[in-house]
Amino acid sequence: MYGIGVLKGMAVTLKNFLRPSFTVQYPEESLPQHPRFRGQDFVWYEERCTGCASCAKYCPLGIIRIVTDPSGVATPQGDKYKVLAFDIDLGRCMYCGLCVEGCPYDALHMGSGFERARYRRQELVIPVEELRRMPKRPSTWFRPQMETKGYDPRMGKELPWQEAGRHEAPDVEKMKERWVKER
Amino acid sequence: MESFLERNSFFSHLYRFFDAATPSWLAYLLAASVIVFVLVNGLMLFTMALIYMERRLIGRFQVRLGPNRVGPFGLLQPVADAIKILFKEDLVPVGADRITFNLAPVLFIFPVFLSLAVVPFGERYFLADLNVAVLFIMGVSGLSTIAILMAGWSSANRYAMFGAVRAVAQLISYEVPMVLSLVGVLLLVGSMSMVTIVEGQRLPLILLQPLGFLVFFMAALAELNRTPFDLVEAESELVAGYHTEYSGMKFGMFMLAEFAASVVSSAIIVTVFFKGWEGPLLPSHLWFVIKLFVVLFVLIWIRATLPRLRIDQIMAFAWKVLFPLSLVNIAATAVEVLLWPQPTTAQIWAMVGINWGVTFVSLALWSWLMGPTLRPNMPQLLRGATTGKAA
Amino acid sequence: MTLRTEPVTVNIGPQHPSTHGVFRLRVTFDGEVIQEVEPVFGYLHRGSEKLAEERTYSQVITLTDRLDYVASMTNNQAYVLALEKLCHVQPAERGLYLRVIAAELQRIASHLVATGFLLQDLGAFGTPLMYCFRERERILDMFEMLCGARITHSYLRIGGVFQDAPEEFWPALRIFLHDMPPYIDEYEQLLAENEILVARTKGVGLLSQEMAIASSTSGPVLRASGVPWDLRKADPYEVYDRFDFDIPVGTAGDSYDRFIVRIQEMRQSLRIVQQAVDQLPGGTSVGKVPVRAKVPFFIRPPVGDAYAHVEAPKGELGFYLVSDGSIAPYRCKIRSPSFINLTPLKEMLIGWKLADLVVILGSIDINMGEVDR
Repeated sequence: MYGIGVLKGMAVTLKNFLRPSFTVQYPEESLPQHPRFRGQDFVWYEERCTGCASCAKYCPLGIIRIVTDPSGVATPQGDKYKVLAFDIDLGRCMYCGLCVEGCPYDALHMGSGFERARYRRQELVIPVEELRRMPKRPSTWFRPQMETKGYDPRMGKELPWQEAGRHEAPDVEKMKERWVKER
Repeated sequence: MESFLERNSFFSHLYRFFDAATPSWLAYLLAASVIVFVLVNGLMLFTMALIYMERRLIGRFQVRLGPNRVGPFGLLQPVADAIKILFKEDLVPVGADRITFNLAPVLFIFPVFLSLAVVPFGERYFLADLNVAVLFIMGVSGLSTIAILMAGWSSANRYAMFGAVRAVAQLISYEVPMVLSLVGVLLLVGSMSMVTIVEGQRLPLILLQPLGFLVFFMAALAELNRTPFDLVEAESELVAGYHTEYSGMKFGMFMLAEFAASVVSSAIIVTVFFKGWEGPLLPSHLWFVIKLFVVLFVLIWIRATLPRLRIDQIMAFAWKVLFPLSLVNIAATAVEVLLWPQPTTAQIWAMVGINWGVTFVSLALWSWLMGPTLRPNMPQLLRGATTGKAA
Repeated sequence: MTLRTEPVTVNIGPQHPSTHGVFRLRVTFDGEVIQEVEPVFGYLHRGSEKLAEERTYSQVITLTDRLDYVASMTNNQAYVLALEKLCHVQPAERGLYLRVIAAELQRIASHLVATGFLLQDLGAFGTPLMYCFRERERILDMFEMLCGARITHSYLRIGGVFQDAPEEFWPALRIFLHDMPPYIDEYEQLLAENEILVARTKGVGLLSQEMAIASSTSGPVLRASGVPWDLRKADPYEVYDRFDFDIPVGTAGDSYDRFIVRIQEMRQSLRIVQQAVDQLPGGTSVGKVPVRAKVPFFIRPPVGDAYAHVEAPKGELGFYLVSDGSIAPYRCKIRSPSFINLTPLKEMLIGWKLADLVVILGSIDINMGEVDR
């Protein structure tokens, strides 16, 4: 008899009528974000960056502009370039994370934010000053060492640069010893 | 005059209030104006309630929340929408026929209010008690077809024209089963007055006229352009149907009139098939409102569930299913009325049994007659690709 | 008296609620009946094939995400397979299983979208769509756990996947595998027997077996026409030959068959995911077994060419890569299923009504990102 299929369908919608809603009320609550979330606010550790520009080379869109000065300062890890400019144009970024994959020193990480809306396109460019200033809550995307250490950006804790690397951070004495022995 | 005042307490209170200070013709006019004012604004209020309810309930049917930002529980959402729509730019397309284009929304909204005039919404509470109320409602609601055709034709838009042509075909076809399905009610009650129909129901007529109710309900859905018969404004096919080119408050009037028509049609269904305002304990207005919202809930529920039919299927449904079924209903009811002109309680229950039997038998018969085309088939599951390794 | 009538030409799209993106059809109607159809596309052309020539092999993976943006995983998969064929790389075993899990989840997600939007086109006011998206949301959550993105995944790499699945992925997958079959039953209860849906889709948009083969359609469109052609069985790639699953095949080749074949394929995909989880080398422990073969980022394949195809949710998705020995492909040709499945569109549409147009288009399940590339 006709109408039975329709009634069955109406029973299904009535069953769903009684289920709790699956949407979330965004500004007040948000969906659980996973540690590997490839977010907008890039995390950059100046202490780890050598200015090798691998990230700029790996980027499919060429949106990372990096200017370095070879006569830079000496740090405990040894000599490195001084980074004068490190601009990421988020307006063209597609959050593929290849720059993070390319970084050999674990200096650049994806961020965990998603609320960086701006009124003008040029404001979407993250300049180096802002990168220095921004809270360091890196995503664990392509950083398995953070996962094994149990770091989770959802906890809201900032990650110091010493712990962001894939190796244990060596102290200055060990570093010096290694440099002397190896040469 | 006196007997009318006796029967219509809503009117008589107002009339006596004005009669103390003014001549009686003016008192009559003032009282009528106040009632019209209350009715029109009351209908608007119910329409807003329906819009809010529809959006919230469809939200719940779709396992989400629905609008809940403006005001407590989003109650002010219709108000916010109305304000937004008032401030929209009022566009008229270049090729449009301006007079017809501007007239159509007005012409669309006023039959809705007209048909409310004869609906009793409480014991001794109504604007007019026409002795041809059913005929009046049917006649007046047919006017909206002209407005839709005007809107679609004057918009100079092909989608709008499609919508208008569909509307004319569909609405005119569904008038027929709609009127015929009420004939059974008229036979049983013996009057076309809405007040008499309510008072003449010993049982809610849905028990006595299940087939008539079914046909009337589906025809009403079609007249209201609601799913599954909403192909006049089918948004996935015709963008917005006949009101594609309307914006601002003109569009608002179309929307408002459609929702108001839902309220009015539900009120008619409640009056005719659910014993109107009558019910135990609670005051009569409250009973009317409760029944009204139950019917509206079913309307929303159907809208949340069903996809829409195609134009030829809709026409076939009207002429091949609803029309003969309403004739079956008339025949069965007429025979019963001939057999038992003054039915006792036992005879009424016998009529209930017979009519439900007729309903099921005729539904099964029509399902069988319309053929097995609507039976779903399942795909076969194959273990492997017969075509073998790819070349 | 005879009425003078004339055909009406209507532009359906590129901005239309149910053309699934910026697809345009110039349709000539006689009343409501379609007389002539002229599909116009290219509104979403981004030149993916040309862009691929400007990028290194690894960077092209991010471009493939944007072809069929509701099924990024299978796009990655097809490209990575072609690249592995070109470079003669043997991918890591665990990586292959993770690929299969991701691809089959993606197939479920894509079919959910197809079913939901088909019902939306039928006028069901979003309810089945919301139900489908509720489940899709859980799949996207799992993808976010895997690779940090919900739509544009870039999860697959040459030689495997970029990173092992995190710990929280496995319980989520287990719960999903447990919850999903009742939901599919619910869709069937809501939709499959609904008289209105059956009346609207059954016998509508018939595609005969010969026509389907002659116009080289693939995927559910081909299988609904009764051809049991599934690349996972016909040309097993990766580890698909180790799983036991069936191919749902339709009988009539109408819109209803295409719809029901998709629902059945979701069940089969769940079976495959379950088997893949059971057979996974290294089990659910994280980081013990390598998921990626050692391959340099700027890979230089030997001079030559390679074609690889996968059974994407919409049909056969193929990548043809030509290498001139440099770090970027010399040529990257994409065989996109949505585009080729549109070939018999004209034959399917003519003679049907305007309301059937959106249903037939919805049942083919095109994605403009892939049609225009």
